[in-house]
Amino acid sequence: METAETPHPGATEGRLNRVTILDENGHRGSDPDFDPYIENVTLEDLKGSYANMLKVRRFDDEATSLQRQGKLALWVPSKGQEAAQIGSARAIPERDYIFPSYREHALAFERGVDLKDLMRIFRGYSPGGWNPKEHNFNLYSFVLASQIPHAVGYAMGQKLDQHVNKEVAQGSEESSATVVYFGDGSSTEGEAHESMVFAASYDAPVLFFIQNNKWAISVPFSTQSRLPLAERAAGYGFEGIRVDGNDILGVQAVTAYAMEKIHRGEGPVLIEAETYRLGAHTTADDPTKYRTRDEEDEWTTKDPLVRLEKHLRLEGVDDAFFEEANAEAKEYGASIREAVLAMEPPEFDHAFENVYAEENALVEQERAWFHEYEAGFDEAETQEGGR
Amino acid sequence: MSDVSAQASAVESMPMAKALNAAMSDAMNEDPKVLLMGEDIGTLGGVFRVTQGLKDEFGADRVMDTPLGEAGIVGTAIGLAMRGYRPICEIQFDGFVFPSFNQITSQLSKIHARSSGAISLPVVIRIPYGGNIGSIEHHSESPEALFAHTAGLRVMSPSNAQDAYSMLREAIASQDPVIFLEPKRRYWLKGDVERAARVPTTQRAQIVREGRDLTLAAYGPLVPVALAAADAAREDGLSIEVVDLRSISPLDFDSVERSVNKTGRLVVTHEAPTFGGMGGELASVIAERCFYSLEAPVLRVGGYHMPYPVASVEEDYLPSIDRLLEAIDRSLNY
Ligand SMILES: Cc1ncc(C[n+]2csc(CCOP(=O)(O)OP(=O)(O)O)c2C)c(N)n1
Repeated sequence: METAETPHPGATEGRLNRVTILDENGHRGSDPDFDPYIENVTLEDLKGSYANMLKVRRFDDEATSLQRQGKLALWVPSKGQEAAQIGSARAIPERDYIFPSYREHALAFERGVDLKDLMRIFRGYSPGGWNPKEHNFNLYSFVLASQIPHAVGYAMGQKLDQHVNKEVAQGSEESSATVVYFGDGSSTEGEAHESMVFAASYDAPVLFFIQNNKWAISVPFSTQSRLPLAERAAGYGFEGIRVDGNDILGVQAVTAYAMEKIHRGEGPVLIEAETYRLGAHTTADDPTKYRTRDEEDEWTTKDPLVRLEKHLRLEGVDDAFFEEANAEAKEYGASIREAVLAMEPPEFDHAFENVYAEENALVEQERAWFHEYEAGFDEAETQEGGR
Repeated sequence: MSDVSAQASAVESMPMAKALNAAMSDAMNEDPKVLLMGEDIGTLGGVFRVTQGLKDEFGADRVMDTPLGEAGIVGTAIGLAMRGYRPICEIQFDGFVFPSFNQITSQLSKIHARSSGAISLPVVIRIPYGGNIGSIEHHSESPEALFAHTAGLRVMSPSNAQDAYSMLREAIASQDPVIFLEPKRRYWLKGDVERAARVPTTQRAQIVREGRDLTLAAYGPLVPVALAAADAAREDGLSIEVVDLRSISPLDFDSVERSVNKTGRLVVTHEAPTFGGMGGELASVIAERCFYSLEAPVLRVGGYHMPYPVASVEEDYLPSIDRLLEAIDRSLNY
């Protein structure tokens, strides 16, 4: 059976070394290029990251079971990708704008999005869920790769601001940048390619952050690319970095490095975080049809939460911390369940509301028709009641 | 200020392409957030020269010769609009809009609704469209129904120089995305343009010729053909009312309804294939609204259900004066 790691027969050996700082046993190694970018990360910070990873993991499990109980239309688990998301989120300044794909729940959590709002999407109650401008975190995008050119355009705008708006100049402390997340499968879409060309052409301050979780539903990575995706960046003329996506410190370091470079006005960067989708693609998927047990077992031992736990224990963090983190996560999961069950669906009438920003004759006519139609039922009811 | 208004109220005669250029230039002068992007629009001024001179005037930052990628152009325009800009994209030819179709129909049109109104996308997509320029495959198409069918987009097409100016200004000012279809065979059609004169709202059709016997509805490239058909019919003693729809989505059914209640007959024409086209939409709504005043079924004169034919035979494909007169006769014979 083909696995996610089977190299293409015609593939050449990858040139880019994968950055790892925390190894699989939780030992902290050193990387002279990237160490400076995590110098200030304290043990307390790492404990905080761990607690959040655990919360999102718990949230994710809760969502999966809610879907199984028919309370959600679909669920897209992020299990296994928490280090890639939380590690990168912690290295992106708040003023920078993020375009997620649809599996970035841990990232959303780090950006202060209330995950209960996020559940409204999957409950079928909201098309978006949160106000992107409040969190500098765009809405989810379910058409693969469609968000990548949006991110590049947004970054082009950030760069243009300095001329047109006379706002903050690129390269200065306060300049802002954009980060866009997508998967290994999405990297194949034409829009990913066009976006990278545009980003290079306009030196857009944008980070392409690829979470390579090895599978695009049932299609293994080897079908998407002969080479590590990080190597593609060179073809567009910017830097690509490959990092162990289950190593939160490694991810944090390379992201901090990339953001600093982008903020200096040195153009786009691509990061490929190699991770693994531990669960199913979505609750509609059955990975036993295409993945081997061995492959899954191997990655289970590489679970980013387990790795960080090992590290924290090596650093002397005691049971009490883990017990408390677990208790908090459990409570958080329960609060999500409660919120989902208590949700109220919107009135259909709301769907007429934001089709256009301005008044639109067609929408108004159809809305008026709908109201009349509804009122007809009320009248019929009144008449029947009177009879 | 007084200088500007004096200049603005002056009437100048210019071809439609020039009027479109003037609209963009005026909008860019008024708002530094308006910018242009597209293939070959800068130094060359566009393959139809509609953007000629604008790069010299506003610089390469605001008149961008983009890399070749329609999804990239529209997709990045969406991002720019999210950042507060008002991009005007040029798609070089109608047949090349499809690589960006995904961005237009699944993103540009829906993001306002998806964000519950938090994000609006004032993006204009200018597309030279339609045939009769003797070109090769993919250079003469009329995709308006594909966009009109998509909620969240406005679709419009001017038929004369004044409307070209006013409607493009309105499109740029709109908070909603607009697919702006420029009838390429009319780029050189001259007309008087008063820059200060704005169309009250382009969601309104305009009666361009009053008449009693039949209503002829058209938009964009076919309005001059409809007017010529009305002239020819007058020689037979017929009085034809011609309606320029101007806005394709939303369609101004009310104006057409009023006209049909007066004349009792409607013929609608467009270059796009008849099947599944805007004519069918208009016919159906008018049949519903004017059932008692209609004296004949609504007739459609459009393209055939075939890929746009080669240039040597396109005359047979395109609605012509004669085909309009034939439909007028048929309607009157009911
Ligand atoms: C344009 C488009 N094609 C197909 C799909 C259906 N689809 C949803 S997710 C997916 C696989 C995506 O793989 P990848 O980009 O690696 O991201 P992952 O889900 O593994 O995080 C597919 C084919 C889609 N959403 N959009």
